Amino acid sequence: MNLAANRIQRRLWTSIVLATLLATSLVVAIALGSVALPFADVLRALAGGELEGFGGDIVRAIRLPRALLAASVGAVLAVCGAYLQGMFRNPLADPSLIGVTAGASVGASAAIMFGGAMLGVVSLGAFAGGLVAVWLVYRVATGVQGTSVATMLLMGIAVTALAASLTGLMDYFADSANLRRMSLWRMGGLDGATGARALLVLATLAVLLLSMKSTVRGLNTLLLGESQARHLGVDVERLKSHLIVLVALGVGVSVAVAGSIAFVGLVVPHMIRLCVGPDHRMLVPLSALGGASLLLLADTLARTVIAPTELPVGLVTALIGAPFFVFLLVRHRELIR
Amino acid sequence: MSSLKLQKVLKVSGVSVDVAGKRLAHAAELSVGAGEVVSVIGPNGAGKTTLLRAIANDLQPASGVIELGGRDIAGIGARERARQVAVLTQHNSLEFAFTGLEVVSLARGPHSTGAALDLRICREAMEAMDVGHLAGRLYPTLSGGEQQRLQLARVLAQIWRAEDAGGQYRLLLLDEPATSLDIGHQHQLMRAVREFAATGVGVLMTVHDITLAASYSDRLALIKNGHCVAQGEPETVLTDTVVSDVFDTQVLIIPHPESGKPVVLGG
Repeated sequence: MNLAANRIQRRLWTSIVLATLLATSLVVAIALGSVALPFADVLRALAGGELEGFGGDIVRAIRLPRALLAASVGAVLAVCGAYLQGMFRNPLADPSLIGVTAGASVGASAAIMFGGAMLGVVSLGAFAGGLVAVWLVYRVATGVQGTSVATMLLMGIAVTALAASLTGLMDYFADSANLRRMSLWRMGGLDGATGARALLVLATLAVLLLSMKSTVRGLNTLLLGESQARHLGVDVERLKSHLIVLVALGVGVSVAVAGSIAFVGLVVPHMIRLCVGPDHRMLVPLSALGGASLLLLADTLARTVIAPTELPVGLVTALIGAPFFVFLLVRHRELIR
Repeated sequence: MSSLKLQKVLKVSGVSVDVAGKRLAHAAELSVGAGEVVSVIGPNGAGKTTLLRAIANDLQPASGVIELGGRDIAGIGARERARQVAVLTQHNSLEFAFTGLEVVSLARGPHSTGAALDLRICREAMEAMDVGHLAGRLYPTLSGGEQQRLQLARVLAQIWRAEDAGGQYRLLLLDEPATSLDIGHQHQLMRAVREFAATGVGVLMTVHDITLAASYSDRLALIKNGHCVAQGEPETVLTDTVVSDVFDTQVLIIPHPESGKPVVLGG
């Protein structure tokens, strides 16, 4: 009884804390950089006011697009992680661990090689690559009795290895102009932020959040098991294909604009679940808030810690995420057979 | 009551089921009336679960017809069926930390009856299964028996009210509901199932313990190697020779000193 009442309270508190955290990290991310701006100036510039010198331009043309890009990529990855974990009925699923990110990277490379480096083309390629990867892993790892963690992670290794060799092959056969484009793109993190990229990811995030209406209840029921969900009237096949497409879209777009960023999709939903429980009606939107804050903070750290040089943000998230993953493995050891 | 029993909730005619190229049920004939409790008994691997899964629409029968209230079950939409038929499968693994009440609440998904009524129904179903005190506990931290009773409360909540079934019959399918329970909770579960059946629900279950099945079922169906060997009231189905033959072991069947129901003694 206490726990149930407790959970409602904690939902409220977690929502408030996460919303505040996101707003604060947004202001901090915009304020910090090679030119540090006072918080009051940041708020004034965001509201459309003028600042002395280039302050207004720095905020609106450089730092805001980057902050929006980081926040929306983080939110998209966290939502994709929550969806994948629900679909696999397993808290260890993550886009980068099960090969979706690698699949999307191959798709993006192929798109650059055959279609040029246009953002739209690269995104489509990454989407297609991600789609093949999730579908493949899901088909192999999930049977009647649920998902085998071992098979799921091994499939992740297999898909990632295959993706690496395909990427290598493309590098080998590419002419020098394409090779340069591909390697530039692969190095790219959030530092290529533009308004257009931020808009693309925000639109993707909107699609993911709007899709919640048709997925979250079904996902809750799906946690009971596939046949149990079917007995409760859930159209399981439709829900799954829905989720596979959404995850491929989210991961594909985020890979296309920011390269591969690992572990956000693993860490964030887990933390949220510890606070509010596994109900996807709360888990998915709160994961979006948490993922946005996490990647914003990680990116701010990556930009400022050894300024003027930037660390790739993926390094920072892996630094947080990899130990967390090991911790989860130890905790869930009895579940992994 | 007797007029209710004449109305068939479930009618299985000539149903054969193949799994991986092997025929596990041969031309099964079975029916369950409203308010009636029917148990399928038989040795391990006899095809009890296969038959139940075919009725639950998890397996496609190779031949035959399964009718729910006179309508072919394959033609009923998933959501509509979920309002009429609740299924408890043998394995229910759930690794996510839902509370007991949250697990039971998932049963109200197919209905649009409103949160307040849903909560009341879930509480009533949990009381019926003696798991009201588990409402706030986390599912993965419960014992196997507690999880089992909570899952049963969930399937009861799914078809709790006759008016939610859209004027159709309600059917409860249970696969080994009592197996992991202690003797006290086995009987408490069976009494709860009987009381639930009395509200007009047809119940079909597989049961391991023949004595338990005999004391709470209106009829028994005895299955061996996918064939229905005998069907009828417990007293007529359970004879020393038939049971000894089906289970391939010597048994003695005596009437219970108080209730008169058949009791199976092994060895």
